[in-house]
Amino acid sequence: MARRKGVESSIALADAVAMCKVDAISAYPITPQTHIVEHLSEWVNDGELDAEFIPVESEHSAMSAALGTSAVGARTFTATSSQGLALMHEILFIAPAMRLPVVMAVANRSLSGPISIWNDHSDIMAERDIGWIQIFAENGQECFDLTPACFKIAEDKRVILPTILNFDGFIVSHMIEPIEYWEQETFDKFLPEFEPQIRLDVKNPSTMGAVGVPEIYYEARMAQHMALVNSKPVIKEVFAEVSQITGREYKVVESYNMEKAEVALVMMGSLTETAMTAVNNLKAKGIEVGIVRPRLWRPFPTEEFLEVLGDISVIGCVDRAYTFGAASHPVASEVKSVLYTSDKRPQVREYVMGIGGRDVRIEEIEDMFMQLIEVKNTGKDFPIQYIGVRE
Amino acid sequence: MLEFRFHGRGGQGSVTSAELLAITAVADNKYAQAFPSFGPERRGAPVQAFARISEEKILNRSKVYNPDVVLVLDYSLTQMVNVTEGLKPDGLLVVSTGNTAEQVRTETGWKGRLAIVDGVNIAMTHIKRPINNTVMLGALIKASGCVSIENMKVAVNERFGRIAAVNMAALNEAHENVLVSEGE
Repeated sequence: MARRKGVESSIALADAVAMCKVDAISAYPITPQTHIVEHLSEWVNDGELDAEFIPVESEHSAMSAALGTSAVGARTFTATSSQGLALMHEILFIAPAMRLPVVMAVANRSLSGPISIWNDHSDIMAERDIGWIQIFAENGQECFDLTPACFKIAEDKRVILPTILNFDGFIVSHMIEPIEYWEQETFDKFLPEFEPQIRLDVKNPSTMGAVGVPEIYYEARMAQHMALVNSKPVIKEVFAEVSQITGREYKVVESYNMEKAEVALVMMGSLTETAMTAVNNLKAKGIEVGIVRPRLWRPFPTEEFLEVLGDISVIGCVDRAYTFGAASHPVASEVKSVLYTSDKRPQVREYVMGIGGRDVRIEEIEDMFMQLIEVKNTGKDFPIQYIGVRE
Repeated sequence: MLEFRFHGRGGQGSVTSAELLAITAVADNKYAQAFPSFGPERRGAPVQAFARISEEKILNRSKVYNPDVVLVLDYSLTQMVNVTEGLKPDGLLVVSTGNTAEQVRTETGWKGRLAIVDGVNIAMTHIKRPINNTVMLGALIKASGCVSIENMKVAVNERFGRIAAVNMAALNEAHENVLVSEGE
């Protein structure tokens, strides 16, 4: 029987990492991720977790050390946010290129400037193209359930790629909420020991991260791209297993009320919980709207996304980050790109909200849904809507 | 669903009291949330914390705008912050003060249900420090019945370790001595 308790999501995630019997953790503290590595370091210090904890002087070093421990065959974890993730930037590309299955939790936070410790998706969207598998958790329970899933996906012999688990900084990371814990034996059955295909070994020397001359670089990049694209079936398989263990549904693209919805909002992360209340409130008034939530962001689950959309005629894309100067912000850009190469042609409207910790209210989301209903009825067109920004 | 807002000063334990409330509500088999008003914490500065308790899964991660309960850990804040802002007319105001209910009503303008207890005095008696967060939880539980005192005891024990006993003694005294006056 699963143990249910009120616990901070960061602590639950850290507990899950410990229960995955991680071998090595390298990290540098940064808000709002700090509680995760703080607790892991305590347990290592107290002898409760048999792992190597490497305190480093920067996130650049944290990721470099993570690559090192992963390369010798250690199950490796780190966590960061915002400027910390940005400081890792050049090393982030190397993890998938060297096929090192590091797992990293990112408590999503805005980027400077202005300096902001608060939540949005600026940090991860700036690292969209690094070649890692990228998953977005909705709440604390998903942080817990998806942590073992990330290790299992990353280390699967058919995948062997680093994986990021995103969750909203503060809004999820610092929230006390009810979370059901798996038993240790469930972890042990679910997650086999990490068996690297190749590892750095003084008795059997090999080279990792060699130079890629023009004769080989292109092929190496192609192989990496294909590895990421081809990871999707394994991700789905592992999600299905998590669904079976927990009784909670884990799909690469989630939906809410899409069977009846006339219009829908596409959004990622914890915003969907608040949006569900907006959907329920409108349903009580006889207005049927829906939510589409890609849980998997990289590789983007194109087929599953299109299937969930069904034959809906109007969608709104919600972005929580800017792509400065672009025609669309990241989620809308992805969705429009996916739609253009499909035979579906819903009307697309675009929204930005929840930037730098700006609170999102249920009524704002209801208004967005009503605006989309108007689009459906009248075809009304409008540019990207920046919800809640003062002029 | 019940929504709570806590007013205190950095270092006084308002965030901890919101957390203990949510942990206890989950132990009571309910759904709950607790979260701070996120920001750089400074000792002594006015801070807020929020909580929600519900029989059903809570699908809302925005701040609390219209609380059912407001809990004020530091009475001097009533001079700086409109502590009753958004408080539902049929809601509950719980205040740590040595003043009378009439004085509190005059100074806050609150006409609804009011619970007062001299939280700092009780804290000084038992904990020997003016940290009254657990004290005020005792007053809150008595005035609202929102969580069970048995599970609160478990949560306090887990959180405070060797100082759990004095915190529970303080909580119990507030639970017994809180003065509740109905509103108009």
